[in-house]
Amino acid sequence: MTPSRTAFAAILGKDLRAELRTLQSLPAMALFAVTSFVIFRFGLNRTSLSGSLAAGVLWATLLFAAVLGINRLFVAEREEGGFDAIRLAPIDRSVLFTAKVAALIIYLAALEVIAVPIFAVFFLNSAAALPPLIVVLLLADIGLASAGTLISSMAVNSRARDLLVPLVLLPLVVPLMIAATAATEPLMLLGGVSYHRFGTWLMVLGLYDLIFALLGYAVFDFLLED
Amino acid sequence: MADDQKGAEAAIKLVGLRRVYGERAALEDVSLETAVGDSLVVLGPNGAGKTTLLRILATLLRPTGGEVRVLGCKLPDEAWKLRGRIGYLGHEPLLYRDLSGRENLRFHAKLHGITGARAEARIEELLDAVKLSHRGDERTFEFSAGMRQRLAICRCVLHEPELLLLDEPDSNLDIEGREIAHTLIGPGLGHTRVVVTHDPERHLPEADQVLRLDVNEPAAAR
Repeated sequence: MTPSRTAFAAILGKDLRAELRTLQSLPAMALFAVTSFVIFRFGLNRTSLSGSLAAGVLWATLLFAAVLGINRLFVAEREEGGFDAIRLAPIDRSVLFTAKVAALIIYLAALEVIAVPIFAVFFLNSAAALPPLIVVLLLADIGLASAGTLISSMAVNSRARDLLVPLVLLPLVVPLMIAATAATEPLMLLGGVSYHRFGTWLMVLGLYDLIFALLGYAVFDFLLED
Repeated sequence: MADDQKGAEAAIKLVGLRRVYGERAALEDVSLETAVGDSLVVLGPNGAGKTTLLRILATLLRPTGGEVRVLGCKLPDEAWKLRGRIGYLGHEPLLYRDLSGRENLRFHAKLHGITGARAEARIEELLDAVKLSHRGDERTFEFSAGMRQRLAICRCVLHEPELLLLDEPDSNLDIEGREIAHTLIGPGLGHTRVVVTHDPERHLPEADQVLRLDVNEPAAAR
């Protein structure tokens, strides 16, 4: 058996190299997020947002931008035979799941590096919320990437995958989004950053991450079977 | 016990193999035994189940019924023991279009646990053999179909497999390409080979065994 670390690095490296070369996912995700912020800014006719409204705008935008990347996560494997190549190799097939989750976390982090500062410039009066927001973003990204990778791998063989991913994924990530917005809301209050129940919501996010990471790891091998 | 030993000696042993898709049987009652190092040529019209048979042997499809043993491993239960010992050349080249030839081979080498200088040496040796060294850094979407097939042959033998499963290996290859392919995946190189072909004139002379599959008829091996 090939060591899982070697296979993980090979798959992740291949994905990142292909994305850097083709820019098929990240620019679309970033453009969607920035366009959404512009629409919210003029649609709501507000130069600043706070509390739950700010958190809602941020997470709704990031979630739908993420769906664009999730839709494309396994397209190369499906269209260029990567699934067969990986199934023929002497590797633990769950490595494909962990590598894809890692790739998606990197895409989401890159998206957030672009989108969150623009959100702050458009809607926040101060940048004080941003440092603690990083923890929320990280935990939410892990959950979104775990659930997204699982759903994407199931939907990729369907011709209706662009429809199937949001239809199945969005209901599944409702708890994650509730926890993420609830953790973000006190960070963006008008009176300044508050940590009211911040830790509780972080634990909910962590629990969601754990469940979907373990679920994906456990069932992915079966999903690759014919 | 005697049966077990015989099964372990044969590279491929099929007894009453059956595979259905929905209600349609793609393979029905296929039985054969192929010795280690032999070449099995599989013939038959479109839809006779040739590719299905190859994908079952490659562990990419599960048999619906019957007994399948490949290199001593019972499928599908022991498929995990078999991976890495098979070189599979199917209709798709299993190459990423946005990676170069060398990057594709490095990726596959890593999946098979071949890394570092050993991987680089093997990749250069194979690219030289298929006369693609000078194009190895170009992305494969810039390759012609024949060049992609040559690169796919490199991928297929990169990890020095014991068993080669070849689905129309000459497709898209010109005469020079076929000669090159012969030096890597031809008979007499120590591999056991299963060759699916529509070109019996070319492949029958190198066959130790022939399996004829037909639509709606039992398979006939000789």
